[in-house]
Amino acid sequence: MIHFDRVTFRYEDRAVLDDVGFDVPEGEFCLLVGTTGAGKSTLLRCVNGLVPHFTGGTMSGAITVAGRSVRASTPADLADVVGYVAQDPLAGFVTDDVELELAYTAEQLGVPRDAMRKRVTEIVDLLGLADVRGRALAALSSGQRQRVAIGAALVAGPSALVLDEPTSALDPGAADEVLSALHRLVHDLGVTVLLAEHRLERVVQYADSALLLQGGRVRAGSLGEVLAGAPVAPPVVRLGELAGWEGPPVTIRAARRQAAPLRERLASAPAPVEPPPAGPPLLEAAGVAVDYPGVRAVDGVDLVSRRGERIALMGRNGSGKSSLLWALQGTGKRSAGTVSIEGGDPAALKPGRRRTLAGLVPAEPADLLYAETVAGECEAADRDGDAPAGACAKILADLVDGVDAEAHPRDLSEGQRLALALAVTLTAAPPLLLLDEPTRGLDYPGKAALAARLRRLADAGHCVVVSTHDVEFTAEFAGRVVILSDGQVVADGPARSIVAASPMFAPQVEKILPGRLTVAEVAAALDASDGGPA
Amino acid sequence: MNTVPGRAARRGAHPVAWWGWALLLATAASRTANPWLLLLVVAVSGLVVVWCRGDEPWSGAYRVFLLIGATAIAVRMMFYVVFGGAEGATVLFELPSVRLPEWAAGFRLGGAVSAEGALAAAWDGLRLATLLVCVGAANALASPRRLLRSVPAALYEVSVAVVVALSVAPQLVSGVARIRRARALRGDTGRSPANLMRTVVVPVLHDALDRSLALAAAMASRGYGRAAGVPAGARRVTSAFLLTGLLGLCAGAYALLGTATPAPAAWSLLAAGAGAAVFGIAFASRRVPHTRYRTDAFGARDWAILLSGGAAVAGTVLSGVAEPGTLWPQATLAVPPLPLYAACGVLLAAAPALLAPTSSTKTGPR
Repeated sequence: MIHFDRVTFRYEDRAVLDDVGFDVPEGEFCLLVGTTGAGKSTLLRCVNGLVPHFTGGTMSGAITVAGRSVRASTPADLADVVGYVAQDPLAGFVTDDVELELAYTAEQLGVPRDAMRKRVTEIVDLLGLADVRGRALAALSSGQRQRVAIGAALVAGPSALVLDEPTSALDPGAADEVLSALHRLVHDLGVTVLLAEHRLERVVQYADSALLLQGGRVRAGSLGEVLAGAPVAPPVVRLGELAGWEGPPVTIRAARRQAAPLRERLASAPAPVEPPPAGPPLLEAAGVAVDYPGVRAVDGVDLVSRRGERIALMGRNGSGKSSLLWALQGTGKRSAGTVSIEGGDPAALKPGRRRTLAGLVPAEPADLLYAETVAGECEAADRDGDAPAGACAKILADLVDGVDAEAHPRDLSEGQRLALALAVTLTAAPPLLLLDEPTRGLDYPGKAALAARLRRLADAGHCVVVSTHDVEFTAEFAGRVVILSDGQVVADGPARSIVAASPMFAPQVEKILPGRLTVAEVAAALDASDGGPA
Repeated sequence: MNTVPGRAARRGAHPVAWWGWALLLATAASRTANPWLLLLVVAVSGLVVVWCRGDEPWSGAYRVFLLIGATAIAVRMMFYVVFGGAEGATVLFELPSVRLPEWAAGFRLGGAVSAEGALAAAWDGLRLATLLVCVGAANALASPRRLLRSVPAALYEVSVAVVVALSVAPQLVSGVARIRRARALRGDTGRSPANLMRTVVVPVLHDALDRSLALAAAMASRGYGRAAGVPAGARRVTSAFLLTGLLGLCAGAYALLGTATPAPAAWSLLAAGAGAAVFGIAFASRRVPHTRYRTDAFGARDWAILLSGGAAVAGTVLSGVAEPGTLWPQATLAVPPLPLYAACGVLLAAAPALLAPTSSTKTGPR
């Protein structure tokens, strides 16, 4: 169905795809995996001709979809063959109303009005959008928006659907909605799906096969084969590798079937217990509320934390996580309640003083960066923070290796850009460090590196609060989890007990081996039990 | 027939009606320099915007245009103080004046600043500001995306480009808010222009450009700008018709506004141009292979909104006939009279506030 034959693509200064050849058969749900910056988005955009039509660059080789040559057509001509869903659905919406958005592609193709109405109705039913059919797009939840974007791509009846990280920005519940809708499409309509995603633990169970993009080359195969050797793999695969399971299994169900012997071996090794950090409170927030017109985003949150604590703030999209972080930092709006950091209210201070109490890395780290080079950014940060020259550059070097000082901040990889924003924030040496959704766009190695960095910062005496949907990141990073729902704290306690009690927030390892959160923890426990007197 | 019952009531008024209303109000404002009337126009547009706008990203545009209007008045005043203009008897203060060379006769730099001149300059600035505010009202009220759907099919692709360009403005507004918050996180509160340029303007523009590219890519992959199915010959004929028609329209408008062409000839040229354009568009529209899911009907309420805008223009025309002199008051310190007919007309233009108030169902749950 989707066929690449010796496709090579390069921008002027670097090669992205190097002699790529593969074939995705009809009706297959195929997963494209690779590290950040491996060129996954580029490959996906090749399928409907956005690359090179929109990006420029040099391409050779042949791509066909459903027998049509992609290179001989424009993306618009292929709209009836390939549906393309980009990362941010909101940025790609042309209208402002669900029904019209769904009909847009059919209008472009000149589908007669009666047929169009019928198709739109079918899509609405298939994707479970009946309740929101007449709504404005701005009023939808993020999961609903993503489903509308998928529906909009499907209305023209394409035989292939290409999705670029459809669930990265979604909370676990919304991601499930989207993925089960996709699953239904594959089964009921026979649509061929090619999907790239960083959060493999969410999608792997739905997929039939995988493509690994590494160094410009593509390796195709079954999920187990491809993921076993890949630089990115969900924890269940890593666990399987560690335990030497057959396959290795890619789903929780398959792993559980082989897990009994490992569970027995682990029974003798007790789960590590981390003593809660002691000391005087650093942050004391009481009754914090944030109101926006027509909605109360944060509703009476009490939060006390100490130096050395690592807190993950979890909850659905729109549960008030970001608003709470901004209110705690003091720059965001606070409608009621008190916040005190080391005895001072940050909102009452000037921005320059405020950031020496609490630093916030926003969801879009690039917003913090203005300079043309990394070196310039670091110098500006030293000036802003009245720090000695070279302070920010030194923090950056501690956080991450190999950042080119002459590179433009926007040209850095996601992980490097986040590290730079973090270094800029840390230059003011705030004891309280807040990060808003830092794992978006990070692959597994990137997330592990971030978790390690944040752990080091906490050990050095910072209190780190991270808002995230990412349960695997929470498992690696957090010592304490706070769950928000509709602006209120519904759970607050040690990470181990909170995530274990919730099917939605439990990491994969916990589902297979109750009591263990990460693969590293299992490995450590195995070492201990092997080396011990048993 | 094609609208679901209750939908028309839920959706706001037709964007063409809003633009028509705002432009008529602006026309009324351009026909007078009476400060009372201009302030009344601003007040009416503000009232209607507050009552009728939705909660879409562009709804905040009105405030921005108010600021631009205030800037226009300030700039006009500054020009008067520095370069002079209407002179008057009541001298407020004198600036040191510069004697300009012969070739710049008619200009002055500095010199006496009179109260009458300053007032005249302020009213002049207010008139410009009022026009801007009317445009701002249209921007806040009319959904650019719905406006796009009302354009004839032949102009579709051009109109999409225009609408995408227009939708950059609200994106800029939300972008500025986000970037300014991030700037506070950096502790950067410098207000020098160079610093603002670097820390606000450049990131905001960068962001807007990124979003526009994302939208363009999404539209292309959903079939926008498809040429499939239309033979090249027909496409060329279509474009030729369109171009001819639009050129005719432009020539007609130019002739009408210029003084060299006699009025009847200008009108007939305009009519011929309009005719050619309409024919061209109609002919081209039949060749464009797009269909519409739902046509946006122009209902009785939309006509009423247009009519209320028309009332403002009619009022100024009536005042021009019945109360000559009140529309263009002399630049004196006396309180200018209020032209009654025109004021009534402008007040009638506030009718949309009652006709099309924002319905609460537009805001769904978060």
